[in-house]
Amino acid sequence: MLNKLTLIQALHGLKQKKFSSRQLVQACLDQIDKYDSKIHAFLSINSDALKEADKIDTHLPLGGIPIAVKDNFLTIGLPTTASSKVLDGYMPHYESTVTARLKSAGAIILGKTNMDAWAHGSSTETSDYGSTKNPWNMDYLPGGSSGGSAAAVASDMCIAAIGSETAGSIRQPAAWCGVTGFKPTYGRVSRYGVIAMASSTDSPGPIGKTVQDCALINQIIAGHDSYDATTSSLPISTANIELPKKLKIGLPKEYLEVLQPETKEQVLKAVDQLKSLGHSIEEMSLIHPKYSIGVYTIIQRSEVSSNLARYDGIRYGHGRDKFGQEAKRRIILGTYALSAGYYDQYYNKAQKVRTLIIKDFQKAFSRYDLIIDPVSPGPALKVGASTDEPMFGEMQDILVEPSSIAGLTGISVPCGTIRNLPVGFGLIGPQFSEQLILAAGHQLQQATTWHHEKPTL
Amino acid sequence: MDVKYIAKLANLHLTSTEETKFQKQFIDTLQTVDLINKLDTSHIQPTSQITGLVNIMREDTIDTSRILPPPAHNKGYFKVPAIFNAQ
Repeated sequence: MLNKLTLIQALHGLKQKKFSSRQLVQACLDQIDKYDSKIHAFLSINSDALKEADKIDTHLPLGGIPIAVKDNFLTIGLPTTASSKVLDGYMPHYESTVTARLKSAGAIILGKTNMDAWAHGSSTETSDYGSTKNPWNMDYLPGGSSGGSAAAVASDMCIAAIGSETAGSIRQPAAWCGVTGFKPTYGRVSRYGVIAMASSTDSPGPIGKTVQDCALINQIIAGHDSYDATTSSLPISTANIELPKKLKIGLPKEYLEVLQPETKEQVLKAVDQLKSLGHSIEEMSLIHPKYSIGVYTIIQRSEVSSNLARYDGIRYGHGRDKFGQEAKRRIILGTYALSAGYYDQYYNKAQKVRTLIIKDFQKAFSRYDLIIDPVSPGPALKVGASTDEPMFGEMQDILVEPSSIAGLTGISVPCGTIRNLPVGFGLIGPQFSEQLILAAGHQLQQATTWHHEKPTL
Repeated sequence: MDVKYIAKLANLHLTSTEETKFQKQFIDTLQTVDLINKLDTSHIQPTSQITGLVNIMREDTIDTSRILPPPAHNKGYFKVPAIFNAQ
């Protein structure tokens, strides 16, 4: 079954002409036909995918590979809605840098995946088009906001996918769906053509079946973009992700405290694996992540209130009356935090605590190469868990908010299951340490088989 | 928080049910957020962006390679719904 291949395996097969890109794309489309009416990972499918596959040059770095893209990336020819009725039917007038680079590298955009509307959430339940289900157990959520992308990869409906993370939106759904999610440093991957959520933390990145797959996609999409003034000119990681040395890794006790007992057990198994690979793991201390909740809530909602002001229903999209509850809540809180009389108490204060968090990490990374960041307090929650919980996302993302606020890079890799629900193991590194993160994650996957486990659909 | 006033600032229409519901939810949210006031930030500068980049410029040239050209009959303009009653 060609759709079950990893990206690396698929590339080898295509280059050796064991199968055609058309066959690969068809296998994915067949899987979508079979399972997506239940899983609902996709909002739209590229009706030209097979035609594109026939014409593709398989010598290109991603030549002929079908990739699913989160619906907040503008794609000419495919609707882009950010899972919101405000953009129902919107056909973009320009292409995002990420998808433009994927296409130049020969990737086939298979379709657009479901997400929390405007990326406002950690469940995919706030989508105006219905939630995506977790392929491991349809009564459970896939996480979010890149839930559609994570579910599509977990159920082999695509070879790899693209997501975006503002605070956990790549890593958390990857953890809940048992796949690998990689968040590059803020400023590594261009945000041009990505529907903005919190402009100071939004980070596009890959969700894949292995760390190697994510590393390859990162190589294609990352790098300076003249259209995004916040992108870095630093050279990007090469595809070589061999670890250069033994690492000194920090294990923050405040983060372990937040974990549910069974999840902590699984995370510590992964920690043992790292030890057996020769790395030194040392318990250490970071500012308690509970403070990040307030910082992130204020900063994100403030930036959201500004970014969503452009949806006036005049130049594009429908009226503001089409915003869902969650979007309205966030816009209102953000407007309040930025309003006269409250700016200092909320927004300015949050920015100052942000500085504290950044400095805390800088101090930690002067002693440690990487830090363990367990991603999620527990495995996936049941469908409905986020309803009427205004702080659901922020509470679920408590462990990933600090690293997002500080613009760091991080990864989530599968580390086992609890009652058939996946658990993710995370590592974070200083800004622009993608090479190290990917190398460490890859080494862990070469020594373990957790990432080979798949849901029974 | 005066939800009705803030909603007006944000150009959002709320039903009275939403207003009441949000008012309660915001009290809870702000309570969680208030935790940050426990941390001492005197003498700390706010961070608004973490890249450290300053004054990034580019040439003032037009690149149309990534945009869809508007239909020829629109003469380079984008068509939008009328916001005032025509005529």
